[in-house]
Amino acid sequence: MTGDAAKVLSNDVLWGGGRSPFSISYGKMMMWFFLVSDALTFSGLLVAYGFVRHSTTEPWPIGEEVFRALPFLHGSYPLIYVALMTAILIFSSVTMVLAVEAGHRMDKGGVVKWLFATVIGGAFFVGSQAWEWSHFNHGGGGFITMADGTRYWVETTHHDTHDPAHAEGFQLVQALPKHYLIPDTLPGGANVEPVTGDAAQQLWKNKVVYMAGAPYPWSANGNEYNEYGPQQYSNFFYFITGFHGFHVFSGVIINLIVLIMVVQGVFHRRGHYEMVEKAGLYWHFVDLVWVFVFTFFYLL
Amino acid sequence: MERDDIIEYSLEAHHSEEHGRKVRRTIWMVTLLLAIVTTVEVTLGAYWKTWFSLDAWHTIKWLYVVLTLVKAGYIVKTFMHLGDERSNIRAIILLPYVLFILYLIFIAIWESQYVNYLWENYL
Repeated sequence: MTGDAAKVLSNDVLWGGGRSPFSISYGKMMMWFFLVSDALTFSGLLVAYGFVRHSTTEPWPIGEEVFRALPFLHGSYPLIYVALMTAILIFSSVTMVLAVEAGHRMDKGGVVKWLFATVIGGAFFVGSQAWEWSHFNHGGGGFITMADGTRYWVETTHHDTHDPAHAEGFQLVQALPKHYLIPDTLPGGANVEPVTGDAAQQLWKNKVVYMAGAPYPWSANGNEYNEYGPQQYSNFFYFITGFHGFHVFSGVIINLIVLIMVVQGVFHRRGHYEMVEKAGLYWHFVDLVWVFVFTFFYLL
Repeated sequence: MERDDIIEYSLEAHHSEEHGRKVRRTIWMVTLLLAIVTTVEVTLGAYWKTWFSLDAWHTIKWLYVVLTLVKAGYIVKTFMHLGDERSNIRAIILLPYVLFILYLIFIAIWESQYVNYLWENYL
């Protein structure tokens, strides 16, 4: 694959002008140009996120404190679910590149096998994102504010409970000043100690405001803040992961169409599997974007 | 009439079984690398407060940026085969993008500091 520059090109692979300066097919080149423009869009979104986060004077939520739930499990598993989603997407990228490699050997069975795995991986990712959105939407709890201004985090183990104090295992955790949500460990490594039992019930009775945590400005008692701090945080969460999720969704559809064409033998008759390669470029790009979203939205 | 829009002008569309084995080995090596880097990132993100003092965050933040660029580099180079293309196509894809984005990052960070200064002091 290297050393193309020295290669003598036959006439039927050249563009109209008589020589191919880039030694690349028209379709692949246009796919690359599309990806560059798409990359600019995503970069614009992430830079806008950076701008807002850098200029805001309010405390900003921290990824490992927001995203720490797993389906069917209680307890705190910081970033594990997102890591799982990342693993799924990277792995489906690997199966895609294996499909491309099989195509280079004209191995139709191999292409079908790996492309099918890619479609399944992509579908799993979209499904995971649906769960994450739903969980983010529900929120994990809310805050009560006391007369002196201190805030306590109320974990709602039961959703739709209007009186969390009577939920099983009711507890309160004091919020750090200038801090949203409750960390698992305090600076210095100490565990966060919750207030339980009668003390917690007493605090609940004396509260001034209960702000149910959910990122709807219209559902809380006021729209000054919600569980996730500044409104822009949830705006960016939905927009960036939504825009990326839509890319994954369309990638799955494209891969599915290509898979059907492979099964029908269209590319085998054409003599090469370049269509798989072009769909693959798009698919790897979706993975590439996720690598950046993962770092700049969830980790930093 | 022959349709000319489906002629793919494919230059590197085929390779041998032997070359395929080499390609597959590279793919699995890169997969391993990406998995390791992601594991390091997630573990650090979840537990750094337990292991290090708060001052370490600045270093960790830059470590994340570097690790992300390493991951991105390997995806583009190996998975997207950009490392196998001619250097002129590499340049027309990467250079305009990188130049523009570096400027965008610079101006956004610079301006956001000023906006932050205004909000802190005058609003």
